Formats: sequence, structure tokens, C-alpha cells
Amino acid sequence: MNVGLEHYLTVSAMLFCLGLLGVILRRNVLVIYMSLELMLNAANLALVAFSRFNENLTGQMMVFFVITVAAAEVAVGLALIVALYRKRQSAHVEDLTSLKL
Amino acid sequence: MEPTLSPAGIAALTILLLPLAAAAVIAFCTQRDGERSANLSIGAIALSFILSLGLFFFTGDKAQEITFNWLSVGDLKVSFGLLLDPLSKLMLLVVTGVGLMIHIYSRGYLHGDRSFSRYFASLSLFTFSMLGIVLANNLFMMFVFWELVGVSSYLLIGFWFEKNSAADAAKKAFLTNRVGDFGFILGIILTWVALGSVNFAELASALDGKAFPFASLTEPLGKIAGGTHWWVVHPNVLATLVGLLLFMGAMGKSAQFPLHVWLPDAMEGPTPVSALIHAATMVAAGVFMLCRIFFILDIPGSHALEIIAWIGGFTALLAALMALQQNDIKRILAYSTLSQLGYMVMAVGLHAPGPAMFHLTTHAAFKALLFLGAGSVIYACHHEQNIWKMGGLREAMPTTWRTFQWGTLALCGVWPFAGFFSKDAILAAALEHQNIPLFVLGVFIAGLTTFYMSRLVLVAFCGNARSEEASHAHESPNVMIWPLKILAVPTLLAGAWGIDAYIGKAFPGGHQPHNEGFWQNLFSPFNHNILAAAFGLLAVVAGYQLARTLYVNAASDPLPDKIGVLAKLARDRFYFDELYEWFISVTQETLAKVADWFDRWVIAGLLVRGTHGTTELFGRALRLVQTGSLQTYAFLFAAGVVLVLAWQLLQTHAH
Repeated sequence: MNVGLEHYLTVSAMLFCLGLLGVILRRNVLVIYMSLELMLNAANLALVAFSRFNENLTGQMMVFFVITVAAAEVAVGLALIVALYRKRQSAHVEDLTSLKL
Repeated sequence: MEPTLSPAGIAALTILLLPLAAAAVIAFCTQRDGERSANLSIGAIALSFILSLGLFFFTGDKAQEITFNWLSVGDLKVSFGLLLDPLSKLMLLVVTGVGLMIHIYSRGYLHGDRSFSRYFASLSLFTFSMLGIVLANNLFMMFVFWELVGVSSYLLIGFWFEKNSAADAAKKAFLTNRVGDFGFILGIILTWVALGSVNFAELASALDGKAFPFASLTEPLGKIAGGTHWWVVHPNVLATLVGLLLFMGAMGKSAQFPLHVWLPDAMEGPTPVSALIHAATMVAAGVFMLCRIFFILDIPGSHALEIIAWIGGFTALLAALMALQQNDIKRILAYSTLSQLGYMVMAVGLHAPGPAMFHLTTHAAFKALLFLGAGSVIYACHHEQNIWKMGGLREAMPTTWRTFQWGTLALCGVWPFAGFFSKDAILAAALEHQNIPLFVLGVFIAGLTTFYMSRLVLVAFCGNARSEEASHAHESPNVMIWPLKILAVPTLLAGAWGIDAYIGKAFPGGHQPHNEGFWQNLFSPFNHNILAAAFGLLAVVAGYQLARTLYVNAASDPLPDKIGVLAKLARDRFYFDELYEWFISVTQETLAKVADWFDRWVIAGLLVRGTHGTTELFGRALRLVQTGSLQTYAFLFAAGVVLVLAWQLLQTHAH
């Protein structure tokens, strides 16, 4: 079987949907955060696939940047979640309602 | 461009502006000092009178016009202009002359009134407005002053506004006049649209020799009415319509049927006001206006004049019948004014504006005299106005009696008093136009006039005093007596002065009266049209005889027993007031109900509550969307993206 661009894109779309479902349905902030990362990586996969099949390295360049920025983002995001957990003793989104009227 | 003024023009402008200046000075400076206000007002009108005399005697008969541009809106150019022709010069003399006498008389009559200054300011304002109507050279300017006259009349009828009846009468007069003025302005607009001008001279030349002057309007009006050919206005119908609309203005001011109801109530004002405004000058403004625009009414093919003649005749008859059973001395005179105004309007309708103006002039003199005489009587009897509580005033007030008697003789039309000549001219005009019904009506009204005036004189002045006040009555002060004496002169002599010949110059064509000297004029009615003169005098004799048999030494009115229902009808003024009241209340009630329904359901319901309701509904619905849960938003966001993507993809797929 010859693996083509559409296969990569399908995998990327499925990963993206899984991530999105996780963001929408899960209640734990940490899991939501992980699902977000999954969506980010789905996008990365699509970019690399396009780059590979179009014989153009710009997409891969972009992915490097995304990975770097995502690493920084993980550092900040995880720190926020840990701080939140320490403050509230909970990482459940339904408990985090202090901004709601 | 600065217009150059002739001496006559300067004089006319001064005549017009002097009373205004007096009114302004009184209003702003001398409010506190009643005496000075009175002197100012009298001085202003006296100067105006002298200047009017100068204009009357020393300027030629050729019409002069001075014009200042006032405003121009598109094609409409309204100028502020003064027109001096025989018509306006005569009217100037009437207004300032009679006005002067009444100003002087008022000084005595209202002496000691709290609002002395306000009275004279209003009186001067009225004089100014009236002179404006007289001198106006175009319809718009006339309308402006027409309204000003209405305002000053309102101020003066309601002078004693603490009295409810006076305040109501002022309102009634003002509102009734509005009805007429509405027609008047419609007529002015139609005239302007059809003929492109409102200036009298330009209008006259535009109408001269034109077969269907209003033809240009038929098409646009037809379009408004339906746009198709099934509805075509004939130019003659339009000419009649314009004439009648303009006549509506006169109908209001000159109190013609059906807008006659305000004039008798206007007697709530001070008696000198009744004399000046509601007998001599303002109510004559309508007749003056009709004479001024006579060439518009007289368009060949227009039927306006026939209708005007019948309305005038009908008003004259109705008012004379109402006068038969009134007991208030001023009301009797008010109804007789109505009746005489009807005469004048009838004369205009009979293609005889000359006699109409002639009667207006003589009537101004003798009716002012009668009202001032009545004022003197009321003053002497401590504001008692019921003639059945007077009696025997002949001995107590010799000068008032003598002058009142002369006024009565003139009003009845007894030769050689002024009224005879002008009334005869109108009757002769009716005969000349072969209008026998109106001639008979005129003669009959002359008889009625004599009857009710004789009743007034016999009851109030002859016999014995019927009340305490009347038995202690004494002659009024000199300041009130002298105007009576002076007004008695034109009452006796104005008929043969040749006024009719002078007016004739303003209305070329037709039968022209000639001025053949005083003594010749005195007998000319008998030479000219013996039938009219004879019937007129016969009516006077009949009326007097009838009144004498009924009212000499009568203690109460014997007429109700003799004619029963008719007397009651006449006393209650044929229930016109009640009819109007009913009509107004019915229409107003319906209108109010409709307006209330509209307000309640459409404005407050549909519009206000509707807007509020829908906004709230939307708000409530949208509030449900705002859950506060980030995940819901994320879901909605994603769903939106999916929808847009799906739509986009399907679009591209379709192509």
C-alpha cells in the first residue's frame, strides 16, 4: 500500500478531532491541556505532511517554531495549573467559576 | 435697492407705523402711567387721521404703490407694499376717523380701569393691523395683518379676562375666525398657484380679458384627484371655488352665516371696543377685502358672486330676526351689525362693490355712533344693559338721546340721513340686476331693522324709568359726549357728500354715480331709481308703525304672545350655538375616541410595548446562550467552524 498525503491528513484530522473532543468534554484542566497539545500536534503533522509532499521546507520550519513555542507554553500553562490546584485544591473546570456572575 | 419714496408714500408709511409705535412705547415704557398711555395712543391716531385727510384731499385718483421686498421663496416673492387708491384712501379715513373718536371716548368710558394702559396698547395695535389690511398691496400681506387684527380683537374682547364670559367670547371669536382664515389661505394659495402672483395690480392685469384664468390648474388638480381623465375640473368650477375660498375669510371676519356666531358674543368686550372693532372697522374688513379682490370674484363663468349674494341676504335676514327679541342693548346693536354686514356682502354679490363700500363707510359712522351712545347709556345706568330696565332716558340724557336718535334714523334708512343713501344704492343694485327675490328680501330686512331699532329706542329712551338706576341716570362726561356729537355729523351728511362717486373711481365700468354737488346728491336717489327709494321708505314707515303700536309705554314685550314660537326661536338665536355645540361635541368626541384608541393600541401598544417586548424576548433568548462555561463556547466555536467549512466545501463541490 502506498501511503499518500491523504493518509497523513486523515490521521491529522482524526488527532485534531480527538483533541477537540477532549477539550470540549473533559472536565479536568490538566486533561484539557493535554488535549490542546494533541490538537497542536495534529496541526504540526499536517504541516510536515504538506511540506514533505510539496517538496518545500517552509512547513517544517514552521513546525520547529511551533514546537519551540509550545514548549514555552507548556512551561507557563503547567505552572498556572499547578498554582491553581494549590490555591483551590481542585483542577476541575466546574469548580473554577469565580469569574461567573 | 433702496426704493425712492414719494411724499404720499412716506405719509402712508407714517400712518401705518404711528399706531404701532404708540403700542410699542406703551407696552415698554408707560405701562404704569395710564393717562400718558392714553394720550400717546390718541396722539398717534390723531396724527394718522390728519395725514389720511391730507392723502384723501391732496393726492390724485391714480393708484400709487410702494413696495419693499420682504421675502422670496422659490417663485414666490412676497413684498411688503402699500397701495394707495380711492378704495384704500377712503378706508383709511374711516378707520382713523372713527378710530380717533373712539379712542377719545374710551378715555372717558374706561377711566379708572386698572388696565388702562393695556387697553390703549391693544387699541393702537388694532389700529395698526387694520391700517395694514387697508394699505396692503398683496394678498399675503393682507393675510398677515388679517391675523394681527384677529389677535388684537382677541385681546380686546377678552380685555376683562377675569370674567369667564369675556374670556370664552374671546376664544370663540378667535376660533371661529380660524375656520374662515383656513379657507382664506387656501384661496390665496390657489390664486398664487394659478396666476403666479399675489399682488392685486398684477393679478388684475393677469386676469384681464383671459377666458379661463384658472385653466392652468385643472390638469394638476385632476391628477391629484385620480390622475385619469374621468375626473376633469372645469375652469369655471375652479374660479368659483377660489372665489368662495377667499370669501371664507370674509365670512369669518365679517361674521357671515354660518360663521356669524362669534359677533354677538364679542359684545363682552368694553363698549368702545364693540363700537370700533365689532361694528365699524374690523368686521368691515371682510367686505373691504371682497371689494379689493372683486375682480377675482367677478371672473366670467364664476358663480361665486351669486352664492355670496345669497349668503349675505340670508345672514341679513337671520340677524334681523334674531335682533327682534334681544333685550341687551349691545346685543341688539350687534345683531343689527350682522344684518348690515349681510347687506354689504349681498351688495358685493350683486356686482355692486361700490354701494357695498358706500354702505360700509356710512355704517361705520352711524354704527360707531350708536354703540358709543349705547355705551353712554350703559355708563349712566351703572352697567345695566337690559333695555327693559331702562326707560325715560330721553329727558335725563338729552345729547345722548339726540345723537342716538340720529344714528337710529340713519340705520333705518330715513332720508336725508346717510344710511338712506347707501341702503338705497344697494336696493337699486338689486333692481338693476333684476334680482327681485333679493330686492324683496332687502326691503323686508329694512322693515325689520326699523322695527327692532324703534323697539330699542321706544323702550330704552321713551316712557317711564323701569328701574332705580334708570331714574337716577344723568348725562355722561364731555369726553364721551363730544365724540357722539362729532360722529353725528357724518351720520347726517355722509350720504350726499359724493362718497359713492369717489368709490366709483375704484371700480370702473357699469353704472357710475356722479358727484353733482351736495344738494343735487341729496335728491338723486329719487331721480335715479324711484322704485328702490320708495320701497325702502315704505318699509321704514311700516316698521315704525308696527313698533309704535306694540311698544309705546309697554311694560314688557308683547311680541312673544303674538307670534309665539317664532319669538322664542329668535330670542334663542335659532339654536345655532346649541347646534354648533352639539356638532362640535359629537365630532370632537368621536375624534377623541379614535385618537384615544390609536394612542392606546397603536402608539402605546404596538410601537412602545412592542419594541420593548421584542427586545426583552431577544434578550432573554440570548441570555441562555451565555452559559459561562468555556467548554460550551469552545464547542460552539468548533461547531461554527465545521458549519462554515462544510458550507464552503459544498459550494466548491457544486461548481
